[in-house]
This record gives sequence, structure tokens and C-alpha cells, in this order.
Amino acid sequence: MGPADGPADGLVAELRHAPRDLAADLRLAPGEVLAVLGPNGAGKSTVLSLLAGLLSPTGGRIVLDGEVLADGRHRPTPPHRRGTALLAQQPLLFPHLRVEANVAFGPRSAGASRRDARAAARHWLDVVGAADLARRRPHEVSGGQAQRIAVARALAADPRLLLLDEPLAALDVGAAPEVRRVLRQVLRGEQRRSAVLVTHDLLDALALADRVVVLDGGRVVEEGPVADVLASPRSAFGARIAGLDLLAGTATADGLRTAGGTALAGLRDPDCAPGDAAVATFSPAAVAVHRDDPGGSPRNRWAAVVEDLTSREPASRGALVRVRARLLPGGEEVLADVTASSVADLDLVAGSPVHLVVKATAVAVHAVGRTSP
Amino acid sequence: MRAARAAGGEGSALPRWVFVPAALGVLLVAVPLAAIVARVDWVRFPALVTSASSVAALRLSLRTAGASTACCIVVGVPLALVLARSALPGLRVLRAVVLLPLVLPPVVGGLALLYAVGRQGLFGPALEAAGIRVAFTTASVVLAQTFVSLPFLVVSLEGALRTAGRRYEAVAASLGAAPSRVLLRVTLPLVLPGLVSGAVLAFARSLGEFGATLTVAGSLQGTTRTLPLEIYLQRETDPDAAVALALVLVVVAAVVVVAVHGRRGAGAR
Repeated sequence: MGPADGPADGLVAELRHAPRDLAADLRLAPGEVLAVLGPNGAGKSTVLSLLAGLLSPTGGRIVLDGEVLADGRHRPTPPHRRGTALLAQQPLLFPHLRVEANVAFGPRSAGASRRDARAAARHWLDVVGAADLARRRPHEVSGGQAQRIAVARALAADPRLLLLDEPLAALDVGAAPEVRRVLRQVLRGEQRRSAVLVTHDLLDALALADRVVVLDGGRVVEEGPVADVLASPRSAFGARIAGLDLLAGTATADGLRTAGGTALAGLRDPDCAPGDAAVATFSPAAVAVHRDDPGGSPRNRWAAVVEDLTSREPASRGALVRVRARLLPGGEEVLADVTASSVADLDLVAGSPVHLVVKATAVAVHAVGRTSP
Repeated sequence: MRAARAAGGEGSALPRWVFVPAALGVLLVAVPLAAIVARVDWVRFPALVTSASSVAALRLSLRTAGASTACCIVVGVPLALVLARSALPGLRVLRAVVLLPLVLPPVVGGLALLYAVGRQGLFGPALEAAGIRVAFTTASVVLAQTFVSLPFLVVSLEGALRTAGRRYEAVAASLGAAPSRVLLRVTLPLVLPGLVSGAVLAFARSLGEFGATLTVAGSLQGTTRTLPLEIYLQRETDPDAAVALALVLVVVAAVVVVAVHGRRGAGAR
């Protein structure tokens, strides 16, 4: 992992496409997963098209594992010689081929014998838990199954860089966690893989990526480790996606424990086992603020100190105020949205001691790709 | 579509008067067909369609239509690929040229072919020098049929290629497939229904070819006299034979329409 493997390895991309007004620099160490977040029209798709070779850059350069794929002057390396397998939003399984032949497509294209390609297909179908579907036709499998098979097909091509284009966005709510689990397993498992993940979903970035770049208007406006970007967003989009409360730590049987020792009760994702690095997320609107200890038995009840107050919608009557508070003694930052009238009732100012209460059912606990700091 | 029509009440209703000209349109096609079927001499029918000249014409028609369909596939598939997938300059002009035979009177097409490959034509002397005679041979029949049928295959296949889109091809390339492999293993299998219906349409158009064939190939029994030419000839001498052979072509046409329509329905799934 990391630059220690030598400067030649990994991805160095200075992506330039003048007609689409894209000028973004990306760097990826071997085995690293980079999430590209950003609003619609930010240039996320252009990034993947340039990396895959489906679009010719108008400048810059793309170097993968020391090999120059494009330099804006010479003819770029065609897609099939790049080793950059594409996994799109739709599974796009070839409808005329059986599942196994779909997965064997990459190895066959690379010149593998029928038998070797078949063995590779079996192996990867097994990895994604779709071995029993090998003889099916693509129209005979469900959406989630098809996307898992597409993952197997991409990996069977043994890509140097995996390009993921919103791989979970088109799946229904029931199928997405299973595919996310499979992606976590193949990207973050024992054998790490370099990947660029385009997404607009915070959860995907949390679950799969080491680092995030936030793209806006074709420029990188923010970059860094996932947790850092989410903890202190500097861009508008980063702030919007980070509008959630987010506490990092280790999953426990009934929630999560932060490094500072704060325990949270919450709903743990099925793919998140106790002991895993995890984050707990909840909406600031779900946080109730009390001046006195409310007593009773809410499972998430923390003493805190108000850091500051910001008005969210100053013009409207039922204006909300965002309260930023620091938990005692752990020191974690929690945001709470309360009405202006309750701010007045509670007489909240910076430095006020408060008690925060969140229902356990409002807290979601997700596994994260990055080990907690 | 069928479901929407059956549901009837859904969506905005059609004004009733629309059904009157629509019915007229159906009659315009159905009445003449019924008239020719009514005119068939069923007693002599087997003898008429198996006479030596009929069989020779039918056999020639099937052979030449088959050959011209093959020619259409050989040049039409690459042509459709270029039109649908390449970024060549002047693509619109190229498409207009290829589609011209659709709207050109066949006799004009035949005349054009004659001035290209005939003895007095542009390439006539060169072909003659090479010992190849095209005009008034079976080869010229195939040439005329290919000329008029090619646009049918190209239009059908280009439409299928555009509908299929390029996403599967992009994925295949990213998995390491070279362009030829993408074409043979992904693109063509994906558009196979469009290719089949295009080929069937081209075959049907070839089978019915008359004007261009007569102009460039003449009407020599067993060599260039295809079924439509035979029907036209028999009309003068033995109308019953002409009607019997016409019925054969009607049946073939009906089979083609059903085949193409069935294919399209299956493709839409």
C-alpha cells in the first residue's frame, strides 16, 4: 500500500477535456479506492470515460502503473488495451450469453483457453456468491444478482483499475446492501484492488473508499480521506452530503463505540459485524436538546457543551437553528437542529451545558472501508 | 401497443371519423388481393404453377433473390455499421446515396446499371476485356436486385444498431475485447433480430423486383426471366397462369410480413 511501492505504480491522471470543461487531477496508490463525489453535471461521468478510453482527452495525461495511456498529443491507448474494466449502473450483461459465458468474456478476450476462461468464470461467480446462476440467461436473474454477476465479470478480466459508475444507484433498496457487501469484499478484502468509484451516495463512499474527491463544475473542490472530508467539509457539496451527524468508531453488538469512548445504540447494517470499523449516522433533526438531564431510559443520552449556534432559515417563521455541540467527555461533535423558539426557551448560548437525546432507531451504523483513526 | 388498443378506453379517444379513411385504406389493399384470389382457376392451379416456364421462373427467382440477399448482407452490414457507428465526414450524404434506390423508380435504377456495366457502359469495355459479361445475364439480375434491396437491409440494421446503443460495446471493450471481437461477439448478436428482418425484407424486395431487372437483364427464360417478369409475360398469353403465379408471390409476401412482424414483436419483448 501507498507510495512506498514506487512512484511508477498506481494512477496519475491529469484529466483535461476542454469541451466538457473538465480539469481534474486524480492520484491513486495501488490498492486504493477513490470515491468521486459531486452534484449532477460535475463531470463525474467524463472522468470515467476519460479513464476508460471512451473519450479522448484534449490535454493532460493519464499514467497507469507507469504506462502512459494518454498524453493529449498522441493517439490514446484504446479501451481494450487499458486494463480498466468498467462496471456501470446497469449490469449490462450480454443478453445472448449465459451468465458463465458473460463472466468468461474478459479472459477469453485476453486469449485464455475455453477451459481456463471457464475456470476463472466459476471462481469469480463463486466469490460473488452467484455460482448457482452460471447456467442461467441474464434475463433469468434478478437485478441484484445481475449486478453481482457484472462485478464477477469485471474482476474476471483482471483489471489493473476498476471503474465503478454508480454501481448501486439503479438497484432497488433490497438489493443494494448485498451488492455493496460484495463490492466491499472484493475491493477491501485480503487482495486489495485499485478502483475509482463515481457515486452521489455518501454510504457508498463510506463503505468502499479510502479517499474522496469532490468534483464541482469540472474541478476538484475537495480532496482527502473519507472521514476527514465528511467531518469538516470545505465545499458546498461536501457540506450538503455531510449534513448528517457522523461518528466514527468500532461497531459493537448494539451500535458503536467511538475512540473517545462514547457508546451509541443504533441499527447495525447486516454486513457490519461487531469489531468492524464503522460509522454511526443520524440526522441532526433527530437530536433532541435538553437543558436538564431528561432522565428516563433513552439509550442515547449524552452530556454536551454547545459550541455555537447558526440560523438555518432566517426568513421563515418556524426557523431552525443548528446547534453544534461537543460531547463530554469524548469530545465528538454532534449537530442538532432545533426550532428558534426552543433555543429561546432553553436559553442556549455557546458554552451552555446540555443533554442530547437520540432514539436508537434513528441511528444507522455502517461498516466503513477505512480503518478508524 | 396491442394491449393499449385492446384496452380502448385508456388515453384520449380517437375521433370517430378517423376510422372511415382508415377503413378505406384497408379496403384499398384487401379488395384487390381478394379479387385476384377470386380469379384463381383452382382446377388448373397445380398444372399452371408447375409448368416448365413457371418452374424455371420460380427457381430463378429463388436463386437470384437468395444470392442478392447474400450480397446485401455482405456489403450492407458493414455499410450499416459505418452509418451507425463511425464519425466519418459526409455521413449524411453517404446515407442519402445509399437510400436513393428506395425512392428511385426501378427502371431508372436499371438504366443506371446498364450504363455502368452494359457493353456501352462506363465499365463495359473493361469488363469485356476481362471476359466478363454482365448485362443480360443472371449476374445482372442479382445486381439489379441487390441495387434495389440494399437500402431495406441497411435501414433496418442501422435502426437496430442505434436502438442497441453503444453501452454493451463500451463494457466489452473495457473487458479487453478488441474491436473485431466486440463486433462479432457483442454487436452483431445484439442486433441479430434487426439483421434477420432486414434480410427478409431484402429477400422479399428482390423476389418482387421487376423494372430494374427488365431494363438491365431483359427477359430470357431460365437466365433472366424471374417470376414477376414471367407473370407480366403470361398476362398477355395465359391470364390464368399469370394469376396463379401472382398468388404464389402473394403467399410469399404474406409469409415475409408475418415473419418480420413476429421477429419485431419478439425483439421488443
